[in-house]
Amino acid sequence: MTEPHTHDASGHDDHGHDGHDHGHGPDHDGHGHDRELPDGKLYGVLAEYDTPGELVEAARKVRDAGFTEFDCYSPFPVHGIDEAMGIKRTILPALVFCGGATGTLGGILLQWWCNAYNWPWNISGKPSWSIPANVPIAFEATILLAVFTSFFGMWILNKLPQVWHPFFRNERFNHVTDDAFLLGIEAGDQRFDAETTPKLLKDAGAIEVSNVHLDPDPESRQMPRWITAFIVASTAFALIPFAIAAKARTSRSSEPHIHIFPDMDFQPKYKSDQPMDLFDDGRENRGEITGTIARGSLNADDLFFRGLENGQWTTGYPTTQLPITEALLKRGKNRFEIYCTPCHGYDGRGMGAIPTRVASEGGAWQARNLVDASNPVAINMPNGQLFNTISNGYSTMMGYAAQIPHADRWAIVLYVRALQRSQNASLEDIPVDHRSAMQMPEAPIK
Amino acid sequence: MDSHHAEAGKAREAFRAVTRDVAWIAEAPKPHKLWLVVLGIALVMFAIGLYSIYVLVTTGIGVWGNSNTVDWAWDITNFVWWIGIGHAGTLISAVLYLTRQSWRTSIARSAEAMTIFAVMCAGLFPLLHTGRPWFAWWMIPHPNDMQMWPQFRSPLMWDVFAVSTYMTTSILFWYMGMVPDLATFRDRCAARGDRLRAIIYGSLSLGWRGSARQWHRYERAYLILAGLATPLVFSVHSVVSFDFATSQLPGWHTTIFPPYFVAGAIYSGFAMVFTLLIPARHLFNLKHIIKDEHVEAACKIMLGTGMMVGLAYATEFFIAWYSGNPFEKFTFINRAFGPFWWSYFLMVGCNVIVPQAFWFKKIRRTPVVIFVLCLLVNVGMWFERFVIIATSLARSFLPAQWSYYSPTRYDVGVFVGTLGLFFTLFLLFFRYAPVIAISEVKGVMPEAHAGKKH
Repeated sequence: MTEPHTHDASGHDDHGHDGHDHGHGPDHDGHGHDRELPDGKLYGVLAEYDTPGELVEAARKVRDAGFTEFDCYSPFPVHGIDEAMGIKRTILPALVFCGGATGTLGGILLQWWCNAYNWPWNISGKPSWSIPANVPIAFEATILLAVFTSFFGMWILNKLPQVWHPFFRNERFNHVTDDAFLLGIEAGDQRFDAETTPKLLKDAGAIEVSNVHLDPDPESRQMPRWITAFIVASTAFALIPFAIAAKARTSRSSEPHIHIFPDMDFQPKYKSDQPMDLFDDGRENRGEITGTIARGSLNADDLFFRGLENGQWTTGYPTTQLPITEALLKRGKNRFEIYCTPCHGYDGRGMGAIPTRVASEGGAWQARNLVDASNPVAINMPNGQLFNTISNGYSTMMGYAAQIPHADRWAIVLYVRALQRSQNASLEDIPVDHRSAMQMPEAPIK
Repeated sequence: MDSHHAEAGKAREAFRAVTRDVAWIAEAPKPHKLWLVVLGIALVMFAIGLYSIYVLVTTGIGVWGNSNTVDWAWDITNFVWWIGIGHAGTLISAVLYLTRQSWRTSIARSAEAMTIFAVMCAGLFPLLHTGRPWFAWWMIPHPNDMQMWPQFRSPLMWDVFAVSTYMTTSILFWYMGMVPDLATFRDRCAARGDRLRAIIYGSLSLGWRGSARQWHRYERAYLILAGLATPLVFSVHSVVSFDFATSQLPGWHTTIFPPYFVAGAIYSGFAMVFTLLIPARHLFNLKHIIKDEHVEAACKIMLGTGMMVGLAYATEFFIAWYSGNPFEKFTFINRAFGPFWWSYFLMVGCNVIVPQAFWFKKIRRTPVVIFVLCLLVNVGMWFERFVIIATSLARSFLPAQWSYYSPTRYDVGVFVGTLGLFFTLFLLFFRYAPVIAISEVKGVMPEAHAGKKH
């Protein structure tokens, strides 16, 4: 009964025996199926019982005898065995709860951080953070993490995957997944005794009790090397893309970036200013056909659109389109202050924000003084020429035709005229009843 | 003592018989001829699908019949149909487990496999409908130089999370349930000296020993997973229905959609399970494991869910009238009597009228008839999704937008391809995996209590 149960490992130790092919030097002579391996240290005893019911009873007796390092093996979970063996309830549900709670919080945090904090989305003016719309994803995240915890947690608590176990050396143990009901006590148990323990099992109704010895070859108790090598190598390979991504994010390169999917970056179409074979001039951009005028672009009125009268700069004003009113003057002030003051300044003397800045940097550049009476270039310009200068620019000044509509340019002309007058005004220009206010002593004008 | 041994011997023989009757399918040196024929057909269908997908991806989704008016058509119809089919698998494995319906054990494994394969087919359609499936990873929130995050308040984004969670959960649940049976296969291969298979099944079974301490945690985890999968399966099809229900389109914009879709999903899924299992149990001699009672119970579920679906159709019409909304009213009259009238009557015929046959016990006990009825239900449930999607879009608010939808050969090709993929995977599963939850079947046998003192 306690006779060593020797047999060839291959055939029923499918995990362990792979190890036999590796790490064995020539000192072993072959691995024939009928070769008997010497047995190593005693690992434990296995007892087989006829029925699930007897297994439960035997488990109860073994537990009552004070054993702790024992386990029952059956093709299906046997009802009542947990209580008979005194198995404590697993902590798995608590772990799953923690996993699920992490999922809920993580799901909410992810959505809040992405959509409400880091880059708030404005969708039809709805609030960027509204719990009801974020419930489905928080729910799915809860389930996902709870599922991961219960799945992986169960295997970890069960200490699986395990590639090798001494009991697999026993022939009957390989029927546990079919029809056998076994009870195994490990020799490491404090109460284990090579004589009495098998007897206890036999007395509990075992139909067979056998000793299980360790394989004397320590290699067979380890993960086969090729599996370890495979795991290490595949993990290393799997990390390469992440390493490349990490390097790319932390370093600079002058190379153009790689187009993995070039179809969006390089679309089969012509962009403006690209050469093209279709037309004789080789241009993709088609210019206007001579003599065509776009709707609303006839601009036939020379005075209003170009400031000309009989081919000369006009000294008049297009009052047909723009009757001179206070509103027009205010419009001109408003446009002047937007478009002209950065260089010409609010007073038109050519010291706007930009020349001031140039001066502060030690340079010397000034825009045209529009109101200078001692060098009255701008004062003497006809209205038409002022209009043209605004439209098309002058010297370093660019044209504003694209930004300022015709009517607004004329309004600015009007305001410039008002500025020229006010900046060179004498006491006589002031209405009589207001003159006394101006005769105050030396008010510094800043 | 002798009588006791005789009883014990009988019990063991019963356990061994279950193992043998399931394992022989994978152990048979040559597959069944009919299996090869069906696999060949399935592979041809799959090849058609691959070609259609190749044309689709290299040309663009313009090769489909979708238009500016009917911009969701066969693709989304197929997506919802496949997802729905998957749901029966989870219902059988999780919901019926929680409600302690022991008849589920014989069909749970193949129903779960069906779930996974159906969800794989379903996932293809939205992926292909994006037109640039290689950018699908943009839906996963990740730091990027465009400073963009997914819009988490969009039902389409909910879909991404729901379907991928569902897929993950289904695979893990299926695999975990299979580990003890893979260990059975491992031990049998090892005993036969079939080293290669012993290594493969051995790696997959993770060194399972069937110890009571392992079973304890395993059962707990299984119960928890069942408990998690149950709300998940309801949430997934509700989320799928939100794709429609949260829009403004008459015919889609209804609050009845989540329960209506879930009932339809279970209905179509049961029909698909038995479309597969009725021939399979005949072919592989599993009639004493997948018993007539089990098929009958499933017929009753189909009768119940079929009537729920019928009630939903009626409710939609009632609300169309009761709401007084002229657009809603028009949509439903158009559904039944408009240009797609034929699809509406196919739907009602197959989904509401056909299952009424299950009132009769004689029909519930005649597998051939059940098989035909299940096929019809599959057709009907496909048309339900088509009716909802295509007819609502083809007749939206402005008559100027109206159009008719006809599929192209590539619509058909991709759909046929997913059918091919589904059957290919299912056939491979049936040949190489434990198709029946061996340990669970043993656990609910009367012999599992042999030798117990009461």
